[in-house]
Amino acid sequence: MSILIDRNTKVICQGFTGGQATQHCIQCIEYGTDLVGGVTPGKGGQTHLDLPVFNTVTEAVDQTGATASIIFVPARFCKTSILEAAESGISLIICITEGVPTLDMLEVKARCDALGVRLIGPNCPGIITPGECKIGIMPANIHLPGKVGVISRSGTLTYEAVKQTSDLGFGQTSCVGIGGDPIPGSSFIDILELFQNDPQTEAIVMVGEIGGTAEEAAAEFIQSNVTKPVVSYIAGVTAPAGKRMGHAGAIIAGGKGTAEDKFKALESAGVHTVKSPADIGKGIAEVTGW
Amino acid sequence: MNLHEYQAKQLFREFNIAVSNGVATSSAEEAENAALALGGSRWVVKAQVHAGGRGKAGGVEVVDKIEKVSAFANKWLGKNLVTFQTDAKGQPVNQILVESCTSIANELYLGAVIDRASQRLVVMASTEGGVDIEEVAENTPEKIFKIEIDPIKGTNDLDADTLSNLLDLNELQSSQFRNIYKGIVRLFLEKDLALLEVNPLVITEAGDLLCLDAKINIDSNALYRQEDLILMRDVSQEDEREAKAAEWDLSYVALDGNIGCMVNGAGLAMGTMDIIKLHGGEPANFLDVGGTADSERVSEAFKIILSDENVNTVLINIFGGIVRCDVIADGIVEALTVMGVSVPVVVRLEGNNAEVGLKMLEECDLNIITASSLEEAADLAVKASRGELK
Repeated sequence: MSILIDRNTKVICQGFTGGQATQHCIQCIEYGTDLVGGVTPGKGGQTHLDLPVFNTVTEAVDQTGATASIIFVPARFCKTSILEAAESGISLIICITEGVPTLDMLEVKARCDALGVRLIGPNCPGIITPGECKIGIMPANIHLPGKVGVISRSGTLTYEAVKQTSDLGFGQTSCVGIGGDPIPGSSFIDILELFQNDPQTEAIVMVGEIGGTAEEAAAEFIQSNVTKPVVSYIAGVTAPAGKRMGHAGAIIAGGKGTAEDKFKALESAGVHTVKSPADIGKGIAEVTGW
Repeated sequence: MNLHEYQAKQLFREFNIAVSNGVATSSAEEAENAALALGGSRWVVKAQVHAGGRGKAGGVEVVDKIEKVSAFANKWLGKNLVTFQTDAKGQPVNQILVESCTSIANELYLGAVIDRASQRLVVMASTEGGVDIEEVAENTPEKIFKIEIDPIKGTNDLDADTLSNLLDLNELQSSQFRNIYKGIVRLFLEKDLALLEVNPLVITEAGDLLCLDAKINIDSNALYRQEDLILMRDVSQEDEREAKAAEWDLSYVALDGNIGCMVNGAGLAMGTMDIIKLHGGEPANFLDVGGTADSERVSEAFKIILSDENVNTVLINIFGGIVRCDVIADGIVEALTVMGVSVPVVVRLEGNNAEVGLKMLEECDLNIITASSLEEAADLAVKASRGELK
């Protein structure tokens, strides 16, 4: 078992013929992902990476039966591309692109919710179910099929958590990068719920960072809904207030969104927190006794 | 991206939002002429910087003599204004906004912001204007009224009237408020704002609503479609190194410590700062070098990090995902060789081809200390910054 994706997930790529998309799609295919085609408007009918290219998502879905889409189009086209996928029968959209305007995301998120479509990202590394399916830009070789669910707002910190849980032999069920934007398609809570309901996931790593109150909301959710052990690290204890730390969503504004507040909320919800990003794997070992 | 008050008010006028009369000036003579042209016998003179708290810092004055207008301009133009929101150096004052003085009966607050929790544009109004709204939110949250706007359905006059009622406005003011409300929502949506604040929104002695201050912050991700706003950017208000880094698409934030950091990924960059602190050291900066850490970008990152004279050690922490670590190692060696970097450089490489990369770094003749884990890297960097490593 896993969450969101497995070996049977049929995937298309929007912005398929672009440089980044091509490079990452090759790696996804090598990993075993069932990539069944892609969309680049104006290039329909061509073949790319031995796969069919379509002009629209509707055509791609009709002809391939794809249910998931990974999006690499430039930020200014993301709103259109995500909505096109959502309205064409795709049920899981993963948007890798960074820099999508926030107002675009407000509308996109509301429309995806209304359509019952799950969006991951934007500004994220994607999702992987180790050994089965990779829809994202994460390095494949650090993953190990196993029993820890990983959720994170940051790409490279996800890799840290993954590497540590692999080195200790625990492995991962699925790893989800929800992205560093202020309006993410899916929240910590959305993914925590999936891991809680996934029988194979025995423990959860949640990596948060400064900005917003998503971790505080997650803490509340964990307290009343999650029975599996959760280990959490929050990045940015040393971050100054009022400065955007790389990610659009990583900013302490008006005294809200500090790492201290998030640690406090998680600890009072019974979450095992670690203060160093190097201690995530160790934290899992401690709470599970593995 | 932030705007100056005078620029924000210019946008308010374009959107037919009632705002105080004024002229932005950049010399004492211009300021005096502006005051004469505005007429009357009292003016408000306001130093234009990208920071709040100007009033308490002496950057806003009410004057009743024309000589005092030019005296204020002479006092501030070309100087830095230090407020509780700026650093110790302050922000340079290049314009003085000269405005007609308004007689105030009552001060209100009006703001609009993207609320991350509800994922809505939220308009906020309060009867407690002219004071720090964050304090109001903390101490008397019941005095802040909010309207959440559905991104698909939008808003209407009923929402404006709801706020008017809560603010206890009379009939004339309510109709003026509808106009201001509609104006700020339209401005927010059409111009891709991230924040808009009017503090205070006043009721004048004549009983009219008027925006006396205006603060606007724009979503940087949307600047590509806001060409007229890009022209309003004032680089003099930005940190020089941060702006320089941005030219190379590197995100950099200066801190007070002595260990320079170069990391790929924003989260890991924060995590690296945190772990340095846990080991008793002080990070000098946040720097996300991004996914393509080639020698050119590494060189530029080094230049920015080392332009901070407090830096006596650099910690490079790269989790090579798709990018191979040997390629990154090559970039580090080339950058260090060309630049002649003299401070110790601690490098931790993880991921794709990390062992090959580390071996390359160990075999070169540069002042590079390699680490096999994040923990060790932090420990070595802190020791190096204290001169405890040979």
